[in-house]
Amino acid sequence: MSLAPGLIAFQNARMVDPASGYDGPGAILVAEGVITRVSHGANLDGLPADVRVIDADGALLCPGLIDLRVKTGEPGNEPKETLKSAARAAAAGGVTSIVVQPDTDPVVDDPAVVDFILRRARDIELVHVYPAGAATKGCQGKAMAEIGLMREAGCVFITDADHPIIDSRVMRRILAYAGGLGVLVAHRPADPWLTAGAAATESEFSGRMGLSSEPVEAETIMLERDIALAGLTGARLMVDQISAAAPLASLARAKAAGLPVIATASINHLTFNELDIGDYRTFWKLTPPLRGEDDRLALIEAVASGLVDIVVSAHAPAPPEEKRLPFDEASPGAIGLETLLPALLTLYHEGRIPLLRLIETVTLAPAKAIGLAAGRLSVGAPADLILANIDTPRLIDAAMLTSKSKNSTFDGRRLQGQVLITLVDGRVVFGEP
Amino acid sequence: MTATAPASDNIRAKAAPFPKRHFLSVTDLDPVEVAAILDLADLFVDLNRQKTKKIDLLKGRTLVNLFFEASTRTQSSFELAGKRLGADVVNMSPRSSSISKGETLIDTAVTLNAMQPDILVIRHASSGAASLLSQKVDCSVVNAGDGQHEHPSQALLDSLSMRRAFGHIGGLTVAICGDVAHSRVARSNIALLTMLGANVRVVGPPTLIPAHAERWGVKVFHDMRLGIAGADVVMMLRLQLERMQGALVPSMREYFRLWGLDREKLALAAPGARVMHPGPMNRGVEIDSDVADDLKVSLIQDQVEMGVAVRMAVLASLAARLDNR
Repeated sequence: MSLAPGLIAFQNARMVDPASGYDGPGAILVAEGVITRVSHGANLDGLPADVRVIDADGALLCPGLIDLRVKTGEPGNEPKETLKSAARAAAAGGVTSIVVQPDTDPVVDDPAVVDFILRRARDIELVHVYPAGAATKGCQGKAMAEIGLMREAGCVFITDADHPIIDSRVMRRILAYAGGLGVLVAHRPADPWLTAGAAATESEFSGRMGLSSEPVEAETIMLERDIALAGLTGARLMVDQISAAAPLASLARAKAAGLPVIATASINHLTFNELDIGDYRTFWKLTPPLRGEDDRLALIEAVASGLVDIVVSAHAPAPPEEKRLPFDEASPGAIGLETLLPALLTLYHEGRIPLLRLIETVTLAPAKAIGLAAGRLSVGAPADLILANIDTPRLIDAAMLTSKSKNSTFDGRRLQGQVLITLVDGRVVFGEP
Repeated sequence: MTATAPASDNIRAKAAPFPKRHFLSVTDLDPVEVAAILDLADLFVDLNRQKTKKIDLLKGRTLVNLFFEASTRTQSSFELAGKRLGADVVNMSPRSSSISKGETLIDTAVTLNAMQPDILVIRHASSGAASLLSQKVDCSVVNAGDGQHEHPSQALLDSLSMRRAFGHIGGLTVAICGDVAHSRVARSNIALLTMLGANVRVVGPPTLIPAHAERWGVKVFHDMRLGIAGADVVMMLRLQLERMQGALVPSMREYFRLWGLDREKLALAAPGARVMHPGPMNRGVEIDSDVADDLKVSLIQDQVEMGVAVRMAVLASLAARLDNR
C-alpha cells in the first residue's frame, strides 16, 4: 500500500500552513521523508531530475491531520476495529497521526502495552500511532498508573478516556505528579452522579422522548473542579470534548487567568445537535451527549476564536450488536476518522470559520499539545502532509468507509472535500501520485 | 347461533383503515382520526356488554403480545381485544427466556417476524423500543408502552372515558398528578389531550416533573391544592415505590400528605370532577381508597372497561388497513 519515500514535489497548490499563517499559492519538495523546500509561489524551480512532480491544480496542500481522540478495538476487541483498520481509515481521511485511547482490554496502564501498540503500529507502516496512557490503573480512577514509565515507553498524554476520575484527591495527585513530569493530562468533565444512566442531554426534546438525560451542568461542575485543581497544581490540563456554552464560559475564565488549560471539541458536536437523534437513532448517541443548537453555535464560535484549541474525530467504532438496540441500551460513540476533514470543511463552506484556523485545529494545535514536530509545512519538518480537493461533493455512505465498524453519524450526509494524497514521512499511504 | 346482530353490521361499516401501518404514538393520529377511533370504540363497548362479545374482524389473523415488562392489565386487555375480534393470540414474555440468553430485541423481532404474525403488540422498558421493532418487521406494531416515552392506547382509553363522562374533551381542565417524569401514560395523555383541546396541568414535586415541561403546552404546579383547583378531571399517576424512599421524595407519608388525593383535596376540584388512575394503584400513597372506590367520582373501573373497547377499535382499524393492502 505505501510506497518508499522518494523525491516528490507538489506544485500549483493552495498551500495552507497554520505555523506560518500562510494561505496562498504554494509548492513543496519532499525528500528522505522530510520537507526540504517550501515555496510561496506556484512552482519550484531547479528541481532534481528524478523528482516525481505532482500538479496540485489548485487543490489544498496542508499538514496531515493529527487526531488526539481515536478508539480502536485493539487490543481486546478486534472485531470492532484493529489498529490496522483504524490506520487505513486515517490514511483515507488525511489523518497522518492518531492518538489511541487507553481504555482497551487490557487497559494501556503499563509500559508493556504502550510498547505493544507502538510495535504493532510500526509493522502496519501506515500512519503514526501514538498511545495515550491511562491516568489510573485499569482506568478505575483509584490508583495512579505508571505515568513516568509509560512516557518513557512513548505515550503522549494520559487520560482515563470515558471514565471520569471521580475522586478529587486522586485527580489532584495525578495532575500534580504528571505535571511534575511535564505530562499532559486529558479529562472529560462529567459529574458521575448527574450523568448516571443518561442517554441524552436534558431538554424539552429528551423529556418528550422519555430519554434519561443529564444537564449541561454535569459538565460545568466537573470542569470547574478540574480547572481549580489545575490551578492548584500548575499542571497542564486538556479538557476532553467540551460540548456546551456554559462550560465554555468556565474555560474562558481559566484561560483568562493564565492557567495552562487547553480544550478539544469533537466534530460531532460541531455538526449535530440533540434533534439529530430523531427517532431514537443510536448512531447519534454520544458521550458527551449531543447538546442544543445554541450550544453547537457557541462551540463553533469558540473554535473560531481559539478558545477551543483542537478538534478531534472522537472516533469510536461500535459494531451493529452494540448499536442495533433500544437507545438507552446502545453503546455511545461514532466513527469519524474518514469524515473528519470534509465535515470540518462544512464550517469553512458555510463561512463560519476561516480555512487557516480550521486546519490549525487539526494540525498545528494538536501537534503543539503533544509535542510533535509534524503539523507544519516548514523545512525540516516530517513530510506528513495531504493534498485534498476541498470542493468535491460527496454523499457519505457508511458502508463504503474503511473502518470495520460502520457507525457513522455522517451516513447519508452530503459533504464537500476529498483527500487525494496522504503522505506520511514522505511515503504515499493513500491515493495515487 | 342467530344471525349477526345489527351492532356488528354497524361496527363493520365504521371500522375505517388505520392511517398508518403501526400505532407507536398518539401523534400518529390527528383529531379527526382520534374521534373516529373513539366512535368505533363506543360501539365495541356496547358489543362487550352483550352476551356474545365476538366479532370476526380479525378472523385468521395472528396477534402476538410481546411483553418484555410485566403487565397484567394491558396484556390481558390486548389479549381479550384480540380474541373478541377472532384473532389467534399468542402471549410472549421474553424477559424470562431468550433475552436472558443474550438475544437482543432485534433478534427476537426477526424470529417472530418469520412466523408471519399480523399484529405485534410490544411493551418494553426502553423508550423507542416499539419504533425500533417496527423498522425490522413486516407486520403492524402496536406500542403498549415503551420506557418513559408513550403508552398511546392508554391515552385513547382515558380520552374515551372522559368523553363518555363529560360528552366532550375540548375545554376540560385535566390535572395530571404525581410522577410525570417517569410516566409514559402522562406523556401520551399530555400529547393527546392538548391535541383535543383540553387544558392540561401537571402537578407534582419538582423531582417528579420533567425538565422544561412548561414548554409542552401544559401548566406546571408544584402545589397540589392549586393544581387541582377547578379541575374537571384529576388523573393520578402511579408512583413507583422505589422512587419514594428518599431518592425523589422523602417518604410515603410525606408524599401522601402533600400530593396524595383524598376527599379534602378533591373538594377543591370543579363540582362534578372525576378521578382517574391508569392502575395499578398504590392505595394510601397517591390515592385514598375512599376516593378511588367511590363510583360517583371515580372513573377507574370505566377506564379498564374502555381499555378493551379502545384496543378492539385500534386492532380492528389496523386489520382494516391490512385487508385493504
